[in-house]
Amino acid sequence: MSIHSVNDFVVRFANVNGSGSASANQMFGRAVLRMGVPVATRNIFPSNIQGLPTWYEVRVSGEGWLGARGGADLVVAMNPQTWDKDVASIDPGGYLFYDSSRPIPASKFRDDITVIGMPLTEICNREYSDSRQRQLFKNIICVGALTALLDMEPEVVEQLLSEQFAGKDKLIAANHTAFRKGRQWALDHLACPIGLRVQRADGVGDRIYVEGNAAAALGAVYGGATVCAWYPLTPSTSLAEAFTSYCKKLRIEPQTGHKRYAIVQAEDELSSIGMVVGAGWNGARAFTATSGPGISLMQEFLGLAYFAEIPGVIFNVQRGGPSTGMPTRTQQSDVLACAYASHGDTKHVLVFPRDPGEAFEMGAQAFDLADRLQTPVFVMLDLDIGMNHALTAPFKVDGARKLDRGKVMTYDDLESGRDFGRYLDVDGDGIPYRTYPGVHPSRGSYFTRGTTRDAYARYTEEGGPYVENMERLLKKFETAKSCVPAPIVNRAARPTKLGVVHYGSTAAAMEEAAHLLAQTGVDVDVLRVRGFPFCDDIVDFIAAHDRVFVVEQNRDAQLRTLLMVEHGIDPAKLIPVLHYDGSPITARYIVKAIAGAAKPAAERKQKVEAKA
Amino acid sequence: MTFLPKPKFRHPAIETNELGLTHRDYEGSISTLCAGCGHDSISSAIMHACYELNLPPHRIAKLSGIGCSSKTPTYFLGNAHGFNSVHGRMPSVLTGANVANRELIYLGVSGDGDSASIGFGQFAHSIRRGVNMVYIVANNGVYGLTKGQFSATADKGAKLKKGAVNSDSPIDLVAMALQLGATFVARSFSGDKGQLVPLIKAAIEHRGPAFIDCISPCVAFNNHEGSTKSFDYVREHNEAVNALDFVTERAPITTSYAPGDMQVVRLHDGTFIRLRKVGADYDVHDRIAAMNYISTREASGEVVTGLIYLEDHPEDMHDHLDTVSTPLNRLGDAELVPGQAALDKINAGLR
Repeated sequence: MSIHSVNDFVVRFANVNGSGSASANQMFGRAVLRMGVPVATRNIFPSNIQGLPTWYEVRVSGEGWLGARGGADLVVAMNPQTWDKDVASIDPGGYLFYDSSRPIPASKFRDDITVIGMPLTEICNREYSDSRQRQLFKNIICVGALTALLDMEPEVVEQLLSEQFAGKDKLIAANHTAFRKGRQWALDHLACPIGLRVQRADGVGDRIYVEGNAAAALGAVYGGATVCAWYPLTPSTSLAEAFTSYCKKLRIEPQTGHKRYAIVQAEDELSSIGMVVGAGWNGARAFTATSGPGISLMQEFLGLAYFAEIPGVIFNVQRGGPSTGMPTRTQQSDVLACAYASHGDTKHVLVFPRDPGEAFEMGAQAFDLADRLQTPVFVMLDLDIGMNHALTAPFKVDGARKLDRGKVMTYDDLESGRDFGRYLDVDGDGIPYRTYPGVHPSRGSYFTRGTTRDAYARYTEEGGPYVENMERLLKKFETAKSCVPAPIVNRAARPTKLGVVHYGSTAAAMEEAAHLLAQTGVDVDVLRVRGFPFCDDIVDFIAAHDRVFVVEQNRDAQLRTLLMVEHGIDPAKLIPVLHYDGSPITARYIVKAIAGAAKPAAERKQKVEAKA
Repeated sequence: MTFLPKPKFRHPAIETNELGLTHRDYEGSISTLCAGCGHDSISSAIMHACYELNLPPHRIAKLSGIGCSSKTPTYFLGNAHGFNSVHGRMPSVLTGANVANRELIYLGVSGDGDSASIGFGQFAHSIRRGVNMVYIVANNGVYGLTKGQFSATADKGAKLKKGAVNSDSPIDLVAMALQLGATFVARSFSGDKGQLVPLIKAAIEHRGPAFIDCISPCVAFNNHEGSTKSFDYVREHNEAVNALDFVTERAPITTSYAPGDMQVVRLHDGTFIRLRKVGADYDVHDRIAAMNYISTREASGEVVTGLIYLEDHPEDMHDHLDTVSTPLNRLGDAELVPGQAALDKINAGLR
C-alpha cells in the first residue's frame, strides 16, 4: 500500500557534499513555501568540503509543524555511499527516486516501496559537454522531475530561478531549460503524480524563511553592537559572516563611507572574548559568536567579566562533542558550561531563543541585558536553529524603543559631585554605576580588577569587603530574574497534573508532541524556559504539577540539574526526556517517551479509583 | 595590603606643566613592589613622559595582564582608568578597548612571563594587527610573583639564585616585534632613565604598534652573579645604538651635536625625535638591517638598546578596519539602529 498524502510528508535528499546539490535542494523547499505550504528544512552535513555524505530534509507540513518528524516518505538517493541506509530509512509504502543511469541489482531495493528510476547522469551527459555543467544541471533536472512527481507548479520554480540569477539572463535561460527538461522527462516517462502531492494553500502568510545565525546577527545590528570579535568555528561562523554582510548594508556612515562597526577575526577564542571584554569595558557593545569548544577556551575571561562586571554578549551556537564530526550535528549540551562558566563562584545570564524569530529578538535584547546587568550574557542557540532556514514571523522592531545602556555616570553626573563607587550598590538592586574610560579629568576613574577591591574599587584583600561584594553579585543575579525573557506556558485543554519544561530548539517538536499527546488522551501543560536565572513562575509551575518532564537535547539533563541545584527541586519529580544523537529531537520521540511514562501512572490511578 | 593614600600636601611653588598639572597629578598609589625593583623606575619614566608631553592623565587607558609588572599601572596615572586583566591576555583586552574608542591613548604594561610565555600569541597578534598602542614589557627574565622561576626570555646558561641553569633558548621580544611588523621598536633599561623617558614619549606620539622591551632587573630573584638580566650585567653589556631627545615642534632644534651624528625624525603629529647616533651607520628606518644588527650584536654578548626601528607613516588597525572617526562607543541609537523600514526590506527578501 503506497503512502497517499497531500501537504504532509517528508522528502529526504541524500547527496555527496560539494556537488552543488544544496542550492537546488533549497530551491525545492522554497518552491513548496511559495505554494503557500509550510516546510521545515534541515541540512545534515559532514565536517568536510567535498566528497562526504550530506542530507537535506524537507518536511512538508500543511498543518505547520516545523520540528523534525523523523522517517522519510520520499528519498531522493543520489549518493551510492549511503544507498543502503537511505533505502532503509523510507517509511513502508514510501517512495525511492534514484539515478538509474547505472543498473542497480534488485537486491538493493525494497518491495514495500515504490521505486522510481530516472537516468539523470545519462541525460546530463547527453545534453552537456562540460563536466561542471553536467553536475550542476543534474541537480536542477532532478528538481524539475520532482515537481512533476509531486504535482507542483513549475512557474514557482522558474520564478525562483529567475530571482536567484537576477541580472544574469544567460544563466536564467540555461537553468529554465534544464528545469523544464527534467520536468518533461518525468511527465513523459514516469507515473506522475505519485501519492505524495503539494497542493497550493494559504499556510505561510507573511512569514519569512531565514537561518537562525543570520537572524541573530541582524539582532546584534539592531541591538546596537559595534564590535564583533570572533574565531571561525562551526556552527557559529555564519553568524559573524552574516553580521559582516548586514553591517555592510546598514552601518556605513553615509557622508564618508566609513564603517560604524568593527569586526576582528581573532587568533583564537581567548583573544576574541578578551576583545569583547576590552570593548565592553570601554563602553562599546561587543559580542562574539562561538560554540562549545570556544566556550571552554573562554572560561578564564568569562569569570573575570563576571567579577569585574563587564557587559558582553556571547552567541553560543551549540553542537555535539569535541573534535570534528559530531560538531556538525546539533545539541543543547552547553547549558551548565555556560551557566557556571569559569573559576570561583560564578553564575551567568542565559537566554534561550526557540527559532530565528527569537534569535533576532533576543539577539538584540541580549545587549540591553548585558549593559543593564553589567555582565556577560549568553544567547544559547544551537546548530538546528543557527544553520537551518526556518519559517518565522517577520522581523519587527519597536520604533519607540531606545537602547538601554544601563547605569553609566556621565561627565555631568561626576561634575555635579555625585558619589561614584564602581562597586557600590546605590539603588538596592545589586547593580552599581560604571564610567567609561576618559570621561572626566579628576573623577570617575577606577582600576578594574577581579574581586580584590572594595565598593570604591580600591585594592583590598580583606575578607569582609570580598563577601559583601559576592553577596551584592547574588542580589544582582536576583534582579536579573525579572529582566530575562519570561517563560511561556501553554496549558492543556483539560486540567492536568503532568507538566513539561523545555527550551530552545526543542520548541517546534514539543508543540507538535503536546498536540499528539492530547489526541491520545495524555494532557500536558507545557512551559518553555526562555531565560536563566529562572524566575518564580518556573518554580511555581513545577510546584503545581505532580510530575514534570524536562525535555532537552543532551545526555546529562543539564537544565534539569540547573533547576534542582538552583531551586532545590526534588529530582524524583523531574523526569528527564533526553535526545542527544546529534539529530534534532522529533515529536515522535517526545510522544513515545512521555506517553510511555505517563500512561502507566494514569492506568494506576484508574485502578486506585476503581478500588475506592 | 590595603590601599595607601598619599598625603595631599602641595607646595605653592611646585613645578607644573602646560596643563597646570604637577608631577603628583601623574602619580598613582604607592608601589607595593620590592624596594629597588626596576619596574618602579619604568613607572616613574611613564609618569615623567606623560607629564612632559602635557597629556591629560584621564585620556590614557592603562592595561596590564598578571604579574609584578602588571601590578604597576596602579602606581601611576591615578586619574586614568586601568585594567588589571588576565595573565597573558592584556593585548586582546587592549585591542578591544582600542576598537571601542580610538581617541584614548592605550598603554599596555606587561612582563616577560605575561608576554613571552602564556601570552606570546596575544603579544604577536596584537602587533601584527597594528593596534595603536604603547606596549611596554618589563623584562626581568624571571617570574617574580611566584618567587623566581625562569621565564621564556631568560638567556641560555643564565643561572637562578638557587643555582638552576636555563637550558632553553630565549625568546627575544624585540626580534619578534620587528618580524611581526611593529612600527616602533625599542629596547631600554630601567636603570637608564635618560634613555627610557624620551623613548616612551616617542612611543606615545607614534601612531601604531609601539613596542618597548625594557630590561628591568628583579632585585629579589634575578640580580645575582650569573644572571643576564641583572643591573651589573646589563650595564656592562649595554650597547646603545642611539640616544634620544624628544622635542615638540615648538621647541627649537639645537645643534649641539655634529650634523653627521644626528638624525631628526618627524612624527605624524608634527613632533620630532632627535637621535644622536652612537652605532655607526645604524639606520633606524631599515627593518631588515635592524634585525641583522641586533642578532649580530647579541651573538657577541651585547644588549642593543635605543630606538631600533621606526616607520614614519604607519597605518594602524582602525585604518585597516576602516572605522568611522567617531569612537564606536559614542555612536547612538540613530547611527546604530536601522529601523523598521530597513527591516521590511530584509523581510521582503526572505520570502
